Amino acid sequence: MSELATDRDIDRSKMSVSENAAIEIINMNKWYGAFHVLRDINLTIYEGERIVVCGPSGSGKSTLIRCINRLEEHQAGSIVVDGIELTNDLKNIDKVRSEVGMVFQHFNLFPHLTILENCTLAPIWVRKVPKKEAVETAMHYLEKVKIPEQANKYPGQLSGGQQQRVAIARSLCMKPRIMLFDEPTSALDPEMIKEVLDTMIELAEEGMTMICVTHEMGFARQVANRVIFMDQGQIVEQNEPEAFFNNPQSDRTKLFLSQILGH
Amino acid sequence: MSDLSYVRKEMLAEQSPPATEIGIIGWLRENLFSNWFNGILTVLSLVFIYAVFSAILPWLLHSSWTANSLNECRQQVDAAYGLAAEGGCWAVIRERYLQLIFGFYPSDLYWRPLLAFGVALVALAPVLFTGLPRQMLWFSPFAPFLVPWLLWGGAVWLPLMVIVGFVLAYVVTRVLSAVMPGLLAVPVAALAAVLWWLYAVAPINDGLTVLIANQRIDAVATDMREQADRLPGEIAALDSRIADLRDQVATSEAEKDALFAELEEDHGSEAARQAVLQAIADLRGPRDALAALEKERLGLNEDLSHARSLLAGIEELPALRERRDALLAEQRMARGEEAEEIANQLATLDTQIAGVVDELGRVGLVPVESRKFGGFMLSITIGLVAITVSLPIGVMLALGRQSNLFILRAICVGFIEFIRGVPLITLLFVASVLLNYFLPPGTSFDIILRVIIMVTLFASAYMAEVVRGGLAALPKGQYEAADALGLDYWKAQRLIIMPQALKISIPGIVSTFIGIFKDTTLVSIIGLLDPLGLSNAIRANTAWNGIVWELYGFIALMFFVFCFSMSRYSMWLERKLQTGHR
Repeated sequence: MSELATDRDIDRSKMSVSENAAIEIINMNKWYGAFHVLRDINLTIYEGERIVVCGPSGSGKSTLIRCINRLEEHQAGSIVVDGIELTNDLKNIDKVRSEVGMVFQHFNLFPHLTILENCTLAPIWVRKVPKKEAVETAMHYLEKVKIPEQANKYPGQLSGGQQQRVAIARSLCMKPRIMLFDEPTSALDPEMIKEVLDTMIELAEEGMTMICVTHEMGFARQVANRVIFMDQGQIVEQNEPEAFFNNPQSDRTKLFLSQILGH
Repeated sequence: MSDLSYVRKEMLAEQSPPATEIGIIGWLRENLFSNWFNGILTVLSLVFIYAVFSAILPWLLHSSWTANSLNECRQQVDAAYGLAAEGGCWAVIRERYLQLIFGFYPSDLYWRPLLAFGVALVALAPVLFTGLPRQMLWFSPFAPFLVPWLLWGGAVWLPLMVIVGFVLAYVVTRVLSAVMPGLLAVPVAALAAVLWWLYAVAPINDGLTVLIANQRIDAVATDMREQADRLPGEIAALDSRIADLRDQVATSEAEKDALFAELEEDHGSEAARQAVLQAIADLRGPRDALAALEKERLGLNEDLSHARSLLAGIEELPALRERRDALLAEQRMARGEEAEEIANQLATLDTQIAGVVDELGRVGLVPVESRKFGGFMLSITIGLVAITVSLPIGVMLALGRQSNLFILRAICVGFIEFIRGVPLITLLFVASVLLNYFLPPGTSFDIILRVIIMVTLFASAYMAEVVRGGLAALPKGQYEAADALGLDYWKAQRLIIMPQALKISIPGIVSTFIGIFKDTTLVSIIGLLDPLGLSNAIRANTAWNGIVWELYGFIALMFFVFCFSMSRYSMWLERKLQTGHR
């Protein structure tokens, strides 16, 4: 999939990387039972970075970003998000989660609520925003993802691409500082991938810190400032996209790239 | 090979379908006679339906509604439809329907259970139907206090004092949560409320009662004395009228029996049949009058015995109080067994005094004992409480069973599996017999309350499993999405998980509701008079001995109406909550 995600020029004026670390992962290890999923992960992500994580299935890339908002627990090492260390303290976890937005492969919209209610629920109940204000914010972001007219429908009545855009809007309504994307386009029909990627590119143009697990290499080339390749629970290689794609260093990376770019 | 290309020049217009596809014939073909096997099945079914209806319909149509015994029912049916006719004897329902609905609840107090269920309906309506104005929800929390008071009666301040306990718990929580963590404040508040109910409500109630009793005692005594003087005369007068009427009815009945004997002899001549029917119809008026008089006399008798016993109590009261003071003085000296003996005597004396004082100082509703409850009123009371309480308990148990906290999970699993492993009848026996052994001596715990608790616990265990099914059907992504948005456990459960899990479980939940409601008939086994228990009582009467179909048919019909409405409600709710394909 080497074709480009968008056919227009990307506005890079706001896409600057700061010196401040948004996420610091130090010597992090995780096991599922006896299985060692993540091994000695060391990773610092700076504010404004757009990182694409790729790798074969089972390499631990989803688990890695799910550790960042504690959907998965790590057993050793430390993860500091926005200055808050993730421990068993529930208060810290909830604080981190309200700062970090997440978009899932299968959208995970709440099917019993309308699109608008999906977007206003967390701001009202977690951020204690007044309902009127929450609705205004929600409509703003729904317009941004170009589906304000669907606000009063239920998720079941929308197409996959539209649902994923609602999921992005829902996360944005919490005004997060970091966005995690866990294979956001993998469950979509080919025709709908572009509309979701366009939304993500717009987000990147506004300077959002993004970590994205994806196999959309066009998106990685255009938007990412760093590509991370993982295999067997370890970070095998990371580099700027140009260098990563044109001049991969490790054999494992070369094999992976030849397989996904080769056909 | 010839040319493969083809281009349509003009589009075809729509044509009407053939007659075999639409209309009645189309429907018949599609649904009843789609092939020869289905055709045969259709014909056989029609024969079966015809056979059933040809057996039941004449019996239903040849019914008797006005007789006052099974025997007279047969006479009436024979006279009206010929000597060979079979007919239902619905007269038993006409005569006893109030008993089947209210049991032995005093007939002049029927308004109380009716009002209580009205209150319960108004309280439940806004919960069941979201289209109703939301302000109605403000009334709902008061129903649990109002309904028992209406049913069982008692002082007007009792429900208020129970409410005060909850208010107290709320205030204590608010005050304490400012100074200590919320997790500690809640148990302390609950303890405060329990202490209030256990140790404050009774003394305040007694104090108020004594206060009012002392003020009223003279007026009541005069009133009772007047009644005790007046009523015997009135009763005697009534008695003679009743005796006269009874003779008259007995004579008419004998005449009617004679007429019927004639009818049987000449095998149903038109004139004889009309004569019997006329005789039965003529009996109606005197019988109704007799019943009214007897009811009046029963009321007067009760008034009289009430007046006499209260009068006796009032006259005895000073002596009882003196004796009590004397015993209290003795108790201070006494030791060991002697002291115990005195304590026992004091206890009996106290109940005696309380009996009189409660009667004198009551501001509120006349108390009705639980053993007078019966019929559908009993079933609905037990069913309604069990249904409304078991759902929240079941949800909590289901959540507990899924919890990460090992001990909590073990308790929930143990409770659910124990209750589900034991038959309801066993639990009811425990409620009726064994529970008293576990309670401190002297505490009397109302039998209906005990049964309600057992049925509720039983239902909760089943409810927990139904809700767990709903929880299991939710994709893991819903939990993750709720977590990722920063919702804490309870908010996620309330806003995301439960609305969906309960919606999925609606059919199972309503099945459990229906099951509980029907299971309330099992209480007849421990001697409570539910509709089935009452039907046995009715058949024990010589007039209705041997009647089966009509009684059970009526009871079945009533249960069907309740259960079918629940089922329809659940289907309506499912349709309403439908939000497109998932």
